[in-house]
This record gives sequence, C-alpha cells and structure tokens, in this order.
Amino acid sequence: MPQLSYREAVRQALREALATDDRVFLMGEDVGLYGGAYACSKSLLEEFGPERIRDAPLSESAFVGAGVGAALAGMRPIVEIMTINFALLALDQIVNNAATLRHMSGGQVSVPLVIRMATGAGRQVAAQHSHSLEVWFAHVPGLKVLAPATPQDARWMLPAALADPDPVVIVEHAILYSREEEVAESADGFAAWRAAIRREGSDVSLITSGGSLGKCLTAAESLAADGISAEVVDVRCLRPLDAETIIASVAKTRRAVIVDEGWQTYGLAAEIAAVIGGRLFGKLAAPVARVCTAEVPIPYAKHLEDAALPSVERIIFACR
Amino acid sequence: MTPLLARAHAHTLLEQMLLVRLFEEKAAECYMAGSIRGFLHVAIGQEAVAVGALQAVGSEDRIVSAYREHAHALVRGMTPTAVMAEMFGKVTGCCRGHGGSMHLFDASRRFYGGTAIVAGGIPLAVGLALADRLRHAPHVTCCLFGDGAVAEGEFHESLNLAALWKLPVLFLCENNFYAMGTALERHQSMPRIHLKGMAYGIESAVVDGMDVLAVEMATRLAMEIVRSTSEPYLLEARTYRFRAHSMYDPELYRPKEEVTRWRQRDPLATFPRQLLEWGLLDDAEWQAMRERAQAVVDAAVAEAEAADEEPVESLLTGVYAEKEAACPS
Repeated sequence: MPQLSYREAVRQALREALATDDRVFLMGEDVGLYGGAYACSKSLLEEFGPERIRDAPLSESAFVGAGVGAALAGMRPIVEIMTINFALLALDQIVNNAATLRHMSGGQVSVPLVIRMATGAGRQVAAQHSHSLEVWFAHVPGLKVLAPATPQDARWMLPAALADPDPVVIVEHAILYSREEEVAESADGFAAWRAAIRREGSDVSLITSGGSLGKCLTAAESLAADGISAEVVDVRCLRPLDAETIIASVAKTRRAVIVDEGWQTYGLAAEIAAVIGGRLFGKLAAPVARVCTAEVPIPYAKHLEDAALPSVERIIFACR
Repeated sequence: MTPLLARAHAHTLLEQMLLVRLFEEKAAECYMAGSIRGFLHVAIGQEAVAVGALQAVGSEDRIVSAYREHAHALVRGMTPTAVMAEMFGKVTGCCRGHGGSMHLFDASRRFYGGTAIVAGGIPLAVGLALADRLRHAPHVTCCLFGDGAVAEGEFHESLNLAALWKLPVLFLCENNFYAMGTALERHQSMPRIHLKGMAYGIESAVVDGMDVLAVEMATRLAMEIVRSTSEPYLLEARTYRFRAHSMYDPELYRPKEEVTRWRQRDPLATFPRQLLEWGLLDDAEWQAMRERAQAVVDAAVAEAEAADEEPVESLLTGVYAEKEAACPS
C-alpha cells in the first residue's frame, strides 16, 4: 500500500471524483489558482479547468447556498470552506436549507452535497481559526458528519460522502494534513459510517475522533507500559453516531474516557456519555470521564493553547 | 385603444389572478376558523406580479420563491387542492404537510420552495443556474423575493456571484414596500432597488407591479435577456399588499390612507375593467369566471378537509433518503 499524506489522500479522492463523475465540481475560496488554503486541490485547476474548479469570492453563504442549489438540480458539488469557523457565515444555508429541504418538501428533493472544512486548533492561529465546531452540524437532523482522522479515511470517506444522497459535512483537522500513512488502493471493505477500534484493550475505552486520535493512541501506549490496557475507539462518523461499536467497547472495558477537542459543555463527549449512561447504567466500573478543551476561546500564546487543549497527560490522568 | 392582446390570453391572466385572490381569501377564512395554523402570509393585492411574471417562465425553467408564495405556486400550476391540503397539514398536501404555507415545493414543476428565511432562497437560485450552466442547458432560474430580502447579505453575495460567474438568473424583487412592518425607506439607504444591480454590473429595470400586462412584458424581456446572454438580470416590480403581513397585525406601521390609495389600483378591479372597456370580456364571462374559480377553491377546501393526515408512525421518515431515522442513539 502506498504511503500518502492526509493532504495527498484528499487530493487523490478529489481527483478521482472529478475524473469519474461529470456531475462533480469543486468550489470554494482559493481552491483553484492558489491550490487550496491547505493545498488539497493543488494542480486540480490545470487538470479540470475553471468550470469545475471554481474559485469563489469570500461569500460563504452564497457559494454554500449555490452548492445546495446545484445539488438540488442533480449535480454533485464539493464545497470547500476554508475553516469551520468561517462555516458559521453559511450556517443558514447548511442548517436551514441543506438539512431541511428533503423533509420539508415531503421527500420531493434531495441535496447530495459534500461540504469539506478544516477544523481544530494547535497551530497558534487563535480563537477565530481554531475552534472545533463539528458538533454544531452533528446536532442537526438531515446532515451527516464525517471526521476522518487518518489518511486512509481522508481518501475513502469522500467517495462515500459523494455517493450519499444527503448532505454530508466532512471535517478535516488541520493538524493532520501533513500526517503520512499507508492508504489502501481501493475502497474494498471500507466502512465510512462506522466507528473503528484503533487499538484493542480491556481496561478502559478511550473514545475520540479527528485530531485527538493521535493523542489517545500515544496515551494508550504510555498506559500499557503501566499495565493499563486501553482500547481506542475512533468515532469517525459523528452523525449518525455508531452507538453500537461504542457500547460494545465500553460493555467490555466498563470504563469510558471521552476525548474531544470541542468544548465539554453540550459537546460530543456529553452526547456519547449520555448514550453510554443510558445503555450501560449499573454496569460501569467508574463514572464516564471527559477530556475536552477548556471553556475558553482558543488563545494564541503556545503555552496557553497547549493548556486549553486535551493533552496526552490529561488523557492518561483521566484513565488512572 | 385596444392593445394587441388575445382574448384567450387576457382571460388566462384574469382567471389566474382571480384564482389566487379567491384562494387566499379562502385561506384567510380557514385560518380564522382554525383549520390552517402557523404563519399564513397572503399576497392579496400583489397578484399581478405573480401572474404577469410567471407567464414568461417556461416549464423547463426553474423557480425559487420566498414565504409569501401561494400565488407563485398556483400560477406555476400546482393544484389548489395540493396547496390547500398542505396548509391544512394533510398528507395529500404538496409536501405531505411537512412544510405548510411558507414551504411549498413541487419538484416536477421545478418549483424549489417556499423558503421562509428572508433571502435564504437566493443562493439556491444561483446554484440551480450554475447546474444548468455546467450542463449547457438553456434554462433560466427565476428567483422571487421581497424588498426585505434586499437588506440581507445573501442578496448581495448572490448578485455578485451570479454576475461574476455569468449565471442565468432572473432576480425578481416583488417590492411591496414593507419588510413585515418596516417601510422600505426605513431599511434601505438607497431605496430604488433595481439600481442596486449596477453595483454588480447587472442590468435591471423597474415595472409597475399592479399592471399585469406591464409585468408580463417586462418579465418576458428580462427572461429573454438572461437566456440569450446567460447573464443575470434584476427586475423590480412595485406592488402593495392590502392585508396584514401575517394574519394578526394591527398595521401600526402604515397609514390607512396609503392602503386606501393603493386599493384604487387593485388589479382584480382595474384589469377586468380594462378588458370590459376593450371588449375583451363581457359581464357574463366575468361572472362565470368568478363562479368557476370559487368552485375550484371551495372544492380544494373540501378535499383538504376530507384528506388524511400523515400517520404519526412515520414521523421519523423522510429526513434522510433511508426510510428510518439515521440517528438511533
């Protein structure tokens, strides 16, 4: 299997989609000439031309809404929003239109739209470029939300999202773009919509997604040295949530620590904790623990940013 | 002087305006009686815009509307029964009762709502037109919105995008001079809406929205320009709503004399009078036309009343393409 960076994996997925389906086009800010803010669409303009690789003005609401409209008309648009923070400018189109139109129209229309966006902190870009707001979208019936944490998932979740008849938001943690890993050359056996066990263990379930997966695996390694066997569950698909895989893991370990780069209050960890509590009440050996981002806007200064985010140390501490 | 107006076409225009008027009057009655709930925004007084404009929109063209859209839906050919049943919350409604008055859809007629977020439908229209452009299809998307939408960023972003990408959209502003209770000059620094096209290099015009023939001609011209240039166009139709914004509205925001003055220009009074003068309509025809339209509306109400509701068991269906809700947790 070839070794690919997460960024190259996204690019391969985009290229394949554009080459094999003429309904697919990419639009967003600086996706063309610039090559994408994170270089995911580098060289695609030369290959596919400006009709299908569309540099959009800084009008998130208009171009996301245009994606919804084009999807209504049967196209398969891929809209890139530079970061999830900017996606707030398009919330109306995503929440009030993309998510509602199928149901509100009594099933007459569908919105096969894919919206990709970078998320997450860790690069000292401060509060307006660093937040992890994916649960805002995962909250909404009508949307699906995928959080690829590995190059393999970045490569193969995109075609799964494109094949889906409903709007799918893909959140790509910005810290991951340069990570390299082996990526399969085909989608055989690939399950986009399920959680995955990234490391098996028997004493505690570390449940996480996206940019926090690496921290959990590091923590699990360290815990193993101390004789604690941690199972790492990568949620992967935030909506619909694969509760079965999570429950099966926690039923086995009887302890759950949920690690999420979003804020704790009303967050992903809260939802998963509630699912665990509802299904495994009385069977847990310890209360469900949460390791999330501190309840502050992400600060610029490195020491403060580090202190705000879930860390390997905090994860280990929560597991002991 | 009699214009070059075919009798049959004149009758079509009048019949459509009449149907819309009687339909909305009946809907308001049903609302007061409690069989329609939620918000109901009637466009009584504005019929000439919907009827005039939509004559120019072909069956392959696309339409996006806003929340005061019963007229647009009916003129597009959606049946009074499907629309009335929708407002009654019945499964036979055009959207199975999921949408109600503000969210009428008919994909088969390329009618894409019914959007209740002011200006929220405008980017959709840009996207529909983008799809046609990418496929080299000759269709035009007609995007209807009110004067209130002009204050929203989505209006400006969409005009810019459509002009920049040369997309075939007719932006049709139905200017009734009030964004709910806020008068146009109280929310726009420059209230001549059609001139806003200039900022984006979009050709534009303004038309008397109380004159169905003028609206039809202006829209035909605008649609032709959009179709032949594949560039957007902004048409402002100046009109007036005679009734409250929604059903309950003490109308503190406008003087009674203003309403009275505009009522003199009621298209359901002026147009039949013109046609009678021109010899394109006689009293018996007019009377028969009214009886027919009333019968259609009454039948729509009877059918809506008799229709079934969607079973509660299917509450969770239709959110996604799958039958079951996708979030079982």
